[in-house]
Amino acid sequence: MQEILTYFFEYRQMIFVVVLSVFLGIEVISNVPAILHTPLMSGANAIHGVVIIGAIIVMGHAESTLAMVLGFLAVVLGTLNVVGGFVVTDRMLDMFKKKPKKETKN
Amino acid sequence: MDKIITITENISFTMTDSILELSYLIASVLFIVGLKMLSNPESARRGNTYAAIGMVLAIITTILFHKQDGQPIGNIGYILVAIVIGTIVGWTIAMKVKMTAMPQLVSLFNGMGGASAALISLMEFPHISAALVAEHGMMNGHVLAILLGLVIGSVSFAGSMIAFGKLDGRIGDIRSPLMRYINIGLLVIVVGFIVYIMTLGSVKIDEITYLIYILLAIALVYGIAFVMPIGGADMPVVISLLNSFTGVAAAMGGFLYNNQAMLTGGILVGSAGTILTVLMCNAMNRSLLNVIIGAFGGGGAAMVHEEGNIREITLSDAAVLLNYSQKVVIVPGYGLAVAQAQHICHDLDKLLESKGVEVKYAIHPVAGRMPGHMNVLLAEADVPYEKLIESEHINPDLPNTDVVVVIGANDVVNPAAQDDPSSPIYGMPIVNARAAKNIIVMKRGMGKGYAAIENYLFFNDKTRMLFGNAKDTLQALVAEIKEL
Repeated sequence: MQEILTYFFEYRQMIFVVVLSVFLGIEVISNVPAILHTPLMSGANAIHGVVIIGAIIVMGHAESTLAMVLGFLAVVLGTLNVVGGFVVTDRMLDMFKKKPKKETKN
Repeated sequence: MDKIITITENISFTMTDSILELSYLIASVLFIVGLKMLSNPESARRGNTYAAIGMVLAIITTILFHKQDGQPIGNIGYILVAIVIGTIVGWTIAMKVKMTAMPQLVSLFNGMGGASAALISLMEFPHISAALVAEHGMMNGHVLAILLGLVIGSVSFAGSMIAFGKLDGRIGDIRSPLMRYINIGLLVIVVGFIVYIMTLGSVKIDEITYLIYILLAIALVYGIAFVMPIGGADMPVVISLLNSFTGVAAAMGGFLYNNQAMLTGGILVGSAGTILTVLMCNAMNRSLLNVIIGAFGGGGAAMVHEEGNIREITLSDAAVLLNYSQKVVIVPGYGLAVAQAQHICHDLDKLLESKGVEVKYAIHPVAGRMPGHMNVLLAEADVPYEKLIESEHINPDLPNTDVVVVIGANDVVNPAAQDDPSSPIYGMPIVNARAAKNIIVMKRGMGKGYAAIENYLFFNDKTRMLFGNAKDTLQALVAEIKEL
């Protein structure tokens, strides 16, 4: 118990961010119409490409050849996630835009 | 003088740090605002752009200003090359792929993110500081974040690749009750192995580095086994779930590097993705647990229906029927999309409208391969947004409709969802096609739908079948109507 409390205190700021982000994520999504499920999933998919920052950090401090190779691969894959994700989402949404349209809300 | 230099150095040191953190804050806000805007048709595209700007900002400031133990980012040349390669490849794939292949593409990119997260953990494990282990043993938050990042990232990667293969028609389903036990067994092994590593106590990290590769292997196998038995219609739900997994894996990196942008971005996607998964399940009236453990299709095989006869209709009869109708509703399905028939379908619709027929489209929430997929495909063919009516809004109108034209759709018009409690799709909201006065079903053959369930709408007295590839049939039909 003592240990858990110590950990909680040590990581308290991040735990706060996590808990609040969870509620924020739920709140942000909850009113989405079904037609936007696919673009939304794709957009969210691009956002978790933020993992690329970790890949850059780890690559930026890599020393051994193995670490360099793995790091290089991590950055490439992370970039694929980010770029591919955003571009594909934009392409999908571009198609909704051609004609002026009414709001469809459920 | 020396003093002044030291002070300025200190100031510049904290300044870059502050700029970095500030840019992470801005990036996080852009992610949140972007995601919010993505959930409204009016602002969705701008939302996507905002999130992308946030990402670019976070990436650039990380390369420029990030310091670890006072060391700036090195290997910048290699990093830039990697980014350029990723950008070119990602951009090309994203621009070239057909809209029908969209679901597997999302799955593919999701897998890339998962793999990236797993690689980060793989590289950070040997660098766990000896001081930390000496003081706390392996039981600490740092190690937990590394192990969870590895496991969740690997499961997401392996699972996404299987989902990609399945949607692309390269991999079949393994539907066996045995898979359920294998999966539970694998999950227990994964969790057990994490616990084992964390309870090792004070060890030398380089002596146990091989353990992380074993964990990686088990996690990959679990990812494959996790998606293997899940079939057909449930694949979008799985992709959405894996999407939120990758979010959580990215957030683990945030813990590791005390990085707020990764933390908020990752958790935001993790929670939003989970809610999205649940919403998708609701649209199909399935519970998430059912999707994960229950093998879809296959079940309810013992159903017996009064099978009537299949009646075909000739092209010219179909043309006459449509031409002299007042109200026509088109129910498009994936068959329309794979035949690339959305443009010719729109031609049919324009032709009929020019003859005074009112044409609408009934869009089922899961028509196509993903919720909203059909809207994207029809929008690509310039079908006006207002003509796409969600199934629940069009159903009350169907009894006054002269002809319902079902093009390459199957499960979303299956009356078994309303009548047959033993059917796997029982309870799923459907387009109530049988309520219309006439039904024309365009289909390649008498094959079953994606969910592999018999559809007795086809045996209905009011139903007429028009066999053939959707594009060819539609083209012939348009020509026929033009001659009337």
